[in-house]
Amino acid sequence: MNSEYQSISDPNIQRRVVRSRIMGLSLLLASLLAVLLLRYYDLQIKDHQRYATLSDENRVHVRAVAPTRGLIFDRNGVILAENRPSYTLSIVTERTSDLEQLLAELKALLGLTDAEMARFEEQKSQYRRPYESIPLRFQLTEENVALLAVNEFRLPGIEVEVELVRHYPFNEAFAHSVGYVGRINDREQAVIEKERYEGTHVIGKIGIEKQYEDLLHGSVGYEYVETDARGNVLRVLEREDATPGEDLYLSIDSRLQLRAEELLEGRRASVVAIDVETGEVLALVSTPSYDANMFVTGISFKDYDSLLHNINRPLYDRALLGQYPPGSTVKPLYALAGLATGAVTKEWSIQDYGEFQLTNQERVYRDWKRGGHGRVDLRIAVEQSCDVYFYELGNMVGIDVLSEFGHMFGLGHKTGIDMPSEMSGIMPSREWKRAARGLSWYPGDTINASIGQGFSLVTPLQLAQMTANIARRGVSLKPHMIHAVNEREIEVAQNPLVDIAPDHWNTVHSAMEDVVHSMRGTASAQGRGLSFRMAGKTGTAQVVGIPQDAEYDPELLEEFMLDHALFVSFAPVEDPKIAIAVVIENGEHGSYVAAPVARELTVQWLEENPWIVSQADSDESQPIEEEVDAI
Amino acid sequence: MQSDFLRRMPGIGPATAGQERGLLERMHVDPILLLALYMMSAIGIIVLYSAGAESQYLISRQVAYLGVGTVAMLVVAQIPPLVMQRLAWLAYAGGIVMLGIVLIAGTGAKGAQRWVDLGIIQFQPSEVIKFALPMFIASYLSQRAMPIKFKHLCWALIIIVIPVALILFQPDLGTAILVAGSGLVVLFLAGLRWRYIISALALAPVAVIGAWVFLLHDYQKQRVLTMFNPEEDKLGAGWNIIQSTTAIGSGGWSGKGWMLGTQSHLDFLPESHTDFIIAVLAEEFGFRGVMVLLVGYLLLFIRGLWISYTAKNSFSRLVAGALTFTIFIYVFVNMGMVSGILPVVGVPLPLFSYGGTALVSIFIAFGVLMAISTEQETLHAK
Repeated sequence: MNSEYQSISDPNIQRRVVRSRIMGLSLLLASLLAVLLLRYYDLQIKDHQRYATLSDENRVHVRAVAPTRGLIFDRNGVILAENRPSYTLSIVTERTSDLEQLLAELKALLGLTDAEMARFEEQKSQYRRPYESIPLRFQLTEENVALLAVNEFRLPGIEVEVELVRHYPFNEAFAHSVGYVGRINDREQAVIEKERYEGTHVIGKIGIEKQYEDLLHGSVGYEYVETDARGNVLRVLEREDATPGEDLYLSIDSRLQLRAEELLEGRRASVVAIDVETGEVLALVSTPSYDANMFVTGISFKDYDSLLHNINRPLYDRALLGQYPPGSTVKPLYALAGLATGAVTKEWSIQDYGEFQLTNQERVYRDWKRGGHGRVDLRIAVEQSCDVYFYELGNMVGIDVLSEFGHMFGLGHKTGIDMPSEMSGIMPSREWKRAARGLSWYPGDTINASIGQGFSLVTPLQLAQMTANIARRGVSLKPHMIHAVNEREIEVAQNPLVDIAPDHWNTVHSAMEDVVHSMRGTASAQGRGLSFRMAGKTGTAQVVGIPQDAEYDPELLEEFMLDHALFVSFAPVEDPKIAIAVVIENGEHGSYVAAPVARELTVQWLEENPWIVSQADSDESQPIEEEVDAI
Repeated sequence: MQSDFLRRMPGIGPATAGQERGLLERMHVDPILLLALYMMSAIGIIVLYSAGAESQYLISRQVAYLGVGTVAMLVVAQIPPLVMQRLAWLAYAGGIVMLGIVLIAGTGAKGAQRWVDLGIIQFQPSEVIKFALPMFIASYLSQRAMPIKFKHLCWALIIIVIPVALILFQPDLGTAILVAGSGLVVLFLAGLRWRYIISALALAPVAVIGAWVFLLHDYQKQRVLTMFNPEEDKLGAGWNIIQSTTAIGSGGWSGKGWMLGTQSHLDFLPESHTDFIIAVLAEEFGFRGVMVLLVGYLLLFIRGLWISYTAKNSFSRLVAGALTFTIFIYVFVNMGMVSGILPVVGVPLPLFSYGGTALVSIFIAFGVLMAISTEQETLHAK
């Protein structure tokens, strides 16, 4: 109490206390100011260069300029895939104040569909760069664009961008061969070169678009732009143009392809036509098909679902992925195998009673023709597709030879066509059966294989390739889809498969010619009125195994249980230009439905190409024509 | 030695006692303070013009606040410090009431209520209390014994805790800490024993941990964490610090030039006209500009401390010292947070940041300093 009173009453003590503390405070203050000064010195003088760089990186952005995708033409310059300007409404979510509200207003303005909203929501949840716009509606109409322009001021965050969008003018016709592009998905995002695809939204998904993605895409260009913190571009500082992708000229002939689609309308079928001289694929058809344009901007769930669950499987590329028993279409090849190994001769014949049995075995292998074909030599066996002759032949040469020839001529392995996916099929052999089934090879397996049944599976492309190889007399050319890149033509090396005496080739070719042109040929109806000679072979592939002794009425079976109809052909026989394979699912007999398609296409191709005319007028073909007519 | 020192001080030694008082002194204006104040304000306006994207509106408002502040300063300067000593409780009580109103009916942004809306004007009571609090404590302690006794210390702490708690509830951690600091510095000046200071410093880590666990909001914790590692969250909380240090660092020695700062003009810098305005100055005027700014502040602080040192009585000494230090803390914390050595706590830079309440409050604080600096010895010697 006393000391307190004294303290109050002694201003000198008070002054001394406070003043000493003020001195202390001054020291603290001075040292803290020194800390600040040092900090700013560090930032501004010592590390200036680093921060100057950071500041530039902040405002100067490298913006990718997407290259224009290369065009795809057919061999005659008909455009199959083009780029069309299209207005897209997209939203930069970072610039919207209230996304829900904005979507509601746009919905009222443009009548957005639930599908569009769903797609937007989905893409919103995927990986994006900051300020990357999310598309909401593609292919805006003029009216949409005008509406948006008028209302833009009250719709912050919207962007109407014009971009080139892939368009396939033939819609369904080339969907399986040309394929389509689609939005880059997460899986593709992980494997593509990020820099190359900056600014690009789409990538080839299937077909040529996927196979030649590298050529079609081109190389990305760059713009150095100054942007503000919200990503608004203020000015372009520097520009390096993009290099457009290469234009591709396919080997496909669009007229031939369109004609094939027309002929196969309503069928589950496939046609592959190959230019015998070059190995170029002239037509690669799988029906039914679908509109490739649906996939470009993102297909709706509903549409995709209906494609996916369509019983006719339009998304399925039968030409490359479909695997069918080749049936009798392999008979000419096996006849050749018999001749080449000396197991049979041109003159060797059998008496066919319509049945075949292996020694000491009960199982009866039937001919397709009840009662058999009578006396059958090689020519007749091919002409009339005699099963028993080939049972005998197969039994004599054995599975090893059949398998070797099958493989040699293109069956049971991928052809190597320049398409992203193809099936390899099965050319059965002892090794294959042991590996695949864990069983050893039985003589009965050989009998089945010798008429193209049993384990054998081939794709329509393989059938066409086999036929072309036969037409070329044992020279193989890899089937390919590209005729030229820009103006540079593509050439493919020839690959001689096997050396077989010309006589044997003549025998087989002439037997195949009889299939079409002889009165008793299985496709004799097709020979009428042809101005050239065509070689062919019919085939029928069983869908389900029919019990040996059962009688059956095709009409009673469900349509999907019907046999597949097959036909392979090449023409003209003397100087083959085109080889064709036709597979019609559940078409029953090859001669009725498949052969006419091959004939029509062959006629069209040979007529379209003038170099054929001189061949057709040659001395050789005229008398034979008359002979056919005489019969 | 001390007497030697005293003799050289103006206004105290017998040599100056009988001097004629000049016009400015009769108007209770301190010319050095006034000069420094207007120099800084002028620079502030120039920087604000650039930082506020050449907004006429911002500039005219800020100039108007300067005018209001000048008038308030001159009015306050006329009040004798002894009157202030008697009425300090009123300013304090008014501030507490307004802080209470803020909690009940305040407006604000980002989840915190900081403003009182009086119809015509809006203001932040926390800007008022940061000067009213030290004045009230100075008033309380100057009438008690020095060095300070334990009982008085307890009362003083209660006086400090009430507004600090109210501000914490807004919630505004940064301002709460600074307001606490403005009160505690008075205790320090009043001769708080070192044993208290040392034990408080020893207990500080415990308090910090306690606050971290129980008091801090998630966004406040994030700010502290972000300061230690801004790279971790480049587009989120770390954005501010990265962009402000980039702005400062890219300014270099001479800066990018007035109105040419890319960080601020391209909107990379957040809050460029309020809390982060120093980054604009640093970017456009470089280290040179920062040094000029620091010299200007140093002038203000030296003058403020000098006024404190030479004040005629305990209250004046305590108030002048505390107000000067309070302004200093704001400068230090603001420049520290913008340059990334302190957490981002939302503290304006005195005389630079756009904002009426802060500007007018500072001018009033300088008015108090001027009143003290021109205080007549006769008043004290009664």
